[in-house]
Amino acid sequence: MVGSRPTQPTRQLADELYEQLDAYIETLQIDPDDPYRRETLIRSLHRAQEIFGYLPAEVQRHVAGRYAISHAEVSGVISFYNYFTTTPKGKVQIDVCLGTACYVNGADKVLQEFERILNIKSGEVTPDGQFSIESLRCVGACSLAPVVTVNGKVYGRVQPEKVQEILEHYLVEIDREEEPIHVKN
Amino acid sequence: MVNLIIDNQPVSVPEGTTILEAARQVYIHIPTLCYLNLDAMKLHNQTASCRICVVEVEGRCNLAPSCATPVAEGMKVTTNSRRVLSARRTLLQLILSNHPTDCLICAKSTDCELQNLAWEFGINAQAYQHGEQSSFSIDKSSGALKRDPDKCIMCRRCETMCNEVQTVGALTAFGRGFNVTVGPAEMQPLVNSNCVYCGQCVSVCPTAALTGVGYIDETWAALFDPSKKVVVQVAPAVRVAIGEEFGFPMGQPVTGKLVAGLRRMGFNAVFDTTFGADLTVVEEAHEIIERVTQNERLPVLTSCCPGWINFLRYHFPNLSYMPSSCKSPQQMVGAVSKSYYAEQMGIDPKDLVMISVMPCIAKKYEAAMPEHSRDGLPDVDYVITTRELAKMFKESGIDLRYMPDESFDHPLGESTGAGVIFGATGGVLEAALRTIYEEVTGHDLEDVNFTAVRGIAGVKEATIDLGERTVCVAATSGLGNARKLLENIEKGISKYDVIEIMACPGGCVNGGGQPYSQDRAEVIEQRIKGLYMIDGWQSHRKSHQNPSIQHLYQEFLGEPGSDKAHELLHVTYYEDVPAVHSK
Repeated sequence: MVGSRPTQPTRQLADELYEQLDAYIETLQIDPDDPYRRETLIRSLHRAQEIFGYLPAEVQRHVAGRYAISHAEVSGVISFYNYFTTTPKGKVQIDVCLGTACYVNGADKVLQEFERILNIKSGEVTPDGQFSIESLRCVGACSLAPVVTVNGKVYGRVQPEKVQEILEHYLVEIDREEEPIHVKN
Repeated sequence: MVNLIIDNQPVSVPEGTTILEAARQVYIHIPTLCYLNLDAMKLHNQTASCRICVVEVEGRCNLAPSCATPVAEGMKVTTNSRRVLSARRTLLQLILSNHPTDCLICAKSTDCELQNLAWEFGINAQAYQHGEQSSFSIDKSSGALKRDPDKCIMCRRCETMCNEVQTVGALTAFGRGFNVTVGPAEMQPLVNSNCVYCGQCVSVCPTAALTGVGYIDETWAALFDPSKKVVVQVAPAVRVAIGEEFGFPMGQPVTGKLVAGLRRMGFNAVFDTTFGADLTVVEEAHEIIERVTQNERLPVLTSCCPGWINFLRYHFPNLSYMPSSCKSPQQMVGAVSKSYYAEQMGIDPKDLVMISVMPCIAKKYEAAMPEHSRDGLPDVDYVITTRELAKMFKESGIDLRYMPDESFDHPLGESTGAGVIFGATGGVLEAALRTIYEEVTGHDLEDVNFTAVRGIAGVKEATIDLGERTVCVAATSGLGNARKLLENIEKGISKYDVIEIMACPGGCVNGGGQPYSQDRAEVIEQRIKGLYMIDGWQSHRKSHQNPSIQHLYQEFLGEPGSDKAHELLHVTYYEDVPAVHSK
């Protein structure tokens, strides 16, 4: 509303997680007057994403406060790197490499197949929160192109036909834990 | 000294000088776009992102951006070789290939540095026509500052201004590659960000990516509505700037012509925000004397500048109890117009429209704040900038050069020199001191000039002997300077009793709504000079001596700080902080 004051939403995420993050940031001994304090910002954001799974606005504001920099600056840094995400990822995180070597070996078709089967786009999470897809630029395994990593596990020479198989493997895993989820074929 | 050769001319410059600066010393003009160096306000934008200023340096295989390349001994530079000129042209054409070409209907037309460059380069066709085009959405959520990211050329001047000079930290480059643009955190609407609407980004944006939200249409609609009485108020800083749009020299006061022009546009009454400034001084002096004598919540911070007040509220909320509870002059004139004036004239306040002409972007935001409405009626309906008024004058065929000198309307048109200097940094404080001194000591103040608090230097301070007590005062402009003062207050090491802060470096004369200028330092200085010149001309130079103000108290308000005065002229933005109240 015009003329209204911006509201600062209250923190939603667990205090324990913030304590874990703070414990890490403490070790960096940030001096608010040091113009080079930003040098460790990316490391802290990595750590924050490990802890929270993603970097929502409240985490960004917290990190900005610890570094005595603006929320906008933190937000800008996050927006630059593909690795950082501001939306929660799925339990099963699929990263499709679209680096040069993977791309020329048909990684785009592999990505499309994941998107088709899960019925979400790259950067999105399935409505049940189980699967999410991201595209990356080079994971350093070009000899295995095209490369897909699922929860950190590397799959090499992935062809579109193999996508269904990979997903089924994780479906079975999830199945073991809880009730089945629906995958569109 | 470093010796080098630019276009066959020997040049000697101090170490650390850039090629661009060195070339300028020998009158070689290298075109620039993203580069901006405003020493007066410590703004140095050398992102070298546009590359328009490239030059050839012998022995270096790539072209060098002259704005960011320091000179070296024996360097041989060519600024206008075929290779250089063709590279610059290609670079400009590439920028233009993803820039809207709606120049005819663009708010920045004729003031646009990109347009100027295209004109200077003689570019009359798009070289790259069928490429991808940015399609961001326009953000007018704040009602004050408009972002049109499609027009952003990523020069980063706004970021440098916002983050380094003003230390507001509202803007960042967001995204990467083709999809990058500048905006607030997470590309949220600006109204949800910590932007304070000082508008300094607007004054450095080379294109129309950042401008003010315009209210010209609303103003015309009110003027042509026969059921409305439309009154206007003009801020002090407007009278020393609007002349520039009509060919007057920088800073020349054109008060009388401005009033005549407004009357010819059809306003029913032309009021002076300076009257509100005088009223502010009387109320604020009363509050300052009370708080200083009782040592209560010191220092008193001035509250006239909405950009500064927003900065305090968003960035130092724990100090929000400190500013004076006085409304700004704009809001005082609005409130008095819709009560006292309406009553006197027998006009229903619902039929009275108050337009204000301000040098400022934040004033647009201030006028729309719910705190500044009574019974659902805003005290000020629309705020237009100096630039918008100049356009309206031109549209209606009013050329200030040929206007006679006319006077403001009564009763909200009479003012003193003290009110006029509100438009310059230090002016609010100086005006308050002129009144405080006489109120406290009971003596006549013979020399009204408190020159120690004038000028655009960082923090200006003075100690005033008021007999029983001396007061220590400071004035500063620019929010980066304000931040330092506030941090000291937080640490408990501030020695001041009263502090005046204006958000824009130099004060309102350099506001985000003022005519654009290619010579910012000079224009600020000249406009400030213009205001002190008017001050010197006035028969009354102390706000409490303004006969109309005295009359207003006798007839309507009672005493300074009265209940009536508090109802109309004071505001606190935090409910938990009671306004200083006394009878």
